[in-house]
Amino acid sequence: MARRANAYGRGGPFVYLVALLVVAVTLGPVLYGALGGFRSNAQLARDPAGLPDPWVFSNYTNVLSNPAFWRYTLNSTAIALITTVVAVIAGVMAAYPLARYQFKLREPLFLVFVLGLLFPAAVAIIPLFILVTQDLGMGDTWLGVALPQAAFALPVTVVILRPFLAALPKELEEAATLDGAGRVGIFWRIAVPLSMPALVTVGVLAFVTSWNAYLLPLLLLRGETRTLPLGVADFSTQYSADTAGVLAFTTIAMIPALILFLAMQGRIVSGLQGAVKG
Amino acid sequence: MTEVTAAPAATSTGAAVTRGGGDASRVTDRRRGGKRRQRLEILLFVTPALALMALFVLYPVYSAARMSLYNWKGFGPMVDFAGLDNYARVLRDEVFTDAVVHNFIIVFASIAVQLPLGLALALLLNRRIRGRGLLRTVVFVPYVLAEVIAGVVWFQLLQPRTGLLEQIVSGVGLPVPEQGFLGTPDLALATVFVVLTWKYLGLAVLLFLAGLQGVPDELHEAAQLDGASWWQVQRRIAVPLLAPTIRTWVFLSMIGSLQLFDMVWILTGGGPANATTTMVTYLISMGTQRSNYGIAGAASVVLFLIGFALALAYQVLVLRRDTKVDA
Repeated sequence: MARRANAYGRGGPFVYLVALLVVAVTLGPVLYGALGGFRSNAQLARDPAGLPDPWVFSNYTNVLSNPAFWRYTLNSTAIALITTVVAVIAGVMAAYPLARYQFKLREPLFLVFVLGLLFPAAVAIIPLFILVTQDLGMGDTWLGVALPQAAFALPVTVVILRPFLAALPKELEEAATLDGAGRVGIFWRIAVPLSMPALVTVGVLAFVTSWNAYLLPLLLLRGETRTLPLGVADFSTQYSADTAGVLAFTTIAMIPALILFLAMQGRIVSGLQGAVKG
Repeated sequence: MTEVTAAPAATSTGAAVTRGGGDASRVTDRRRGGKRRQRLEILLFVTPALALMALFVLYPVYSAARMSLYNWKGFGPMVDFAGLDNYARVLRDEVFTDAVVHNFIIVFASIAVQLPLGLALALLLNRRIRGRGLLRTVVFVPYVLAEVIAGVVWFQLLQPRTGLLEQIVSGVGLPVPEQGFLGTPDLALATVFVVLTWKYLGLAVLLFLAGLQGVPDELHEAAQLDGASWWQVQRRIAVPLLAPTIRTWVFLSMIGSLQLFDMVWILTGGGPANATTTMVTYLISMGTQRSNYGIAGAASVVLFLIGFALALAYQVLVLRRDTKVDA
């Protein structure tokens, strides 16, 4: 037993060394940003690798008292929430008949969503820009970004949800039908609550994608409606001389995403695997 | 445009009304109306999703294809029909063909570098070492950061002369490029690739680790009783059983590499001297900066066709095996 643990289970010093190296390389840039935010530009210029000495808090307090930062955060949050709600509701509604009804057009209809996976947003980005800003007049609005993002999140949502809904036991439906529930009632009162774990997974995926999105917001949003990634990018070009300020701004912009996504880590991974196996 | 939006809206209200009426008389015409009723239900369920897809996915893709056939500057009616001229111009434009080459370099470099590295790390970390849970979380950090945010930090790290990376490199006695890593045409794409590897290696490691969890312990034990070394177990058992996960990761990685934009836009903007352009940076600068919509449309269609052909070829040649085994 002891031999097994040594040969296969626990690692020797080499494994720990590799692990340490991985941690250093992975977290290095993030820590550089976070610590750099606590230094002054003079400190950064003197020694880029040094620790804060003395610790400077003004970079961070400047960001937190900057109304633009809070506006970007609000915009990012609102757009990500709308995207998530629309994608999850429309997605589970579409996945339900595809999973539980028998009808002729079922597989062709499902194929529409599968093929949707192959249309990257980048292909449609210029016409999308014209459609949203000129035809729909929704440039510089939350909805103008959230609705196209939800549409592009739908294929993966439906592809993950369909097998999940298909696996729900048929007996539950039969029992509900005997109790007089219609198909629509079954959907809301049985299918949706039972598939909550899968809904959370696809919801987190849609939220992450929207929160991190750059290309579509870059084309559609100006001024007051910009999201955090746009704000970070603009801030870093606008105040490129103020390295410490840029690092503080970037670090704070990371925090909400890090907290949320690390808490949801398992969901994101299982969602990605689901997308893969779907 | 109004017709497209109005039509699905009308159907969904129609379906909703019928449903309301149907509830009362459900019992009497259950048999007779069953088929019709089911159709209405299906329509009610799929309409919102299909309407969104039609308006924001299919119509813009169609519109990109149409745009590619005209000389159009973004305003007025599309009347100046150009046939395939835009395609000829795009395919003869060295900036675009170079961009395609850059995309493929990233596609192949990702597979050649990130796959073995990710696999090695996953196998190493798949042991009962202390702090394994923490390690997984750490590996995941770069992946959850927005590409833009990671890009801005790396942009600071890579600043010529003052940036931390040059200080480290010259600190260990290696030569530093005069224009900085991002400013030297020969090094810029490789530098972007290093940053992308930092950002996305964690996803590969996590997916492979999750795949390794599916390898039953008994196999390890059996192999070990037969006297197999750790290395033999990994090579003969773990990696073959991981094959479906690996194939899927390769697919995801290829599609992602073809659509590369955010990181390049932040780090280099496609420069220096177009050394890091990608198909998407090309079509964005053609479309938004120069209002050359016909050219941008043609580039979009080429990007789509390349992605589609690659996905199809991979599906037929590689992924098909998985579906067969599963079935």
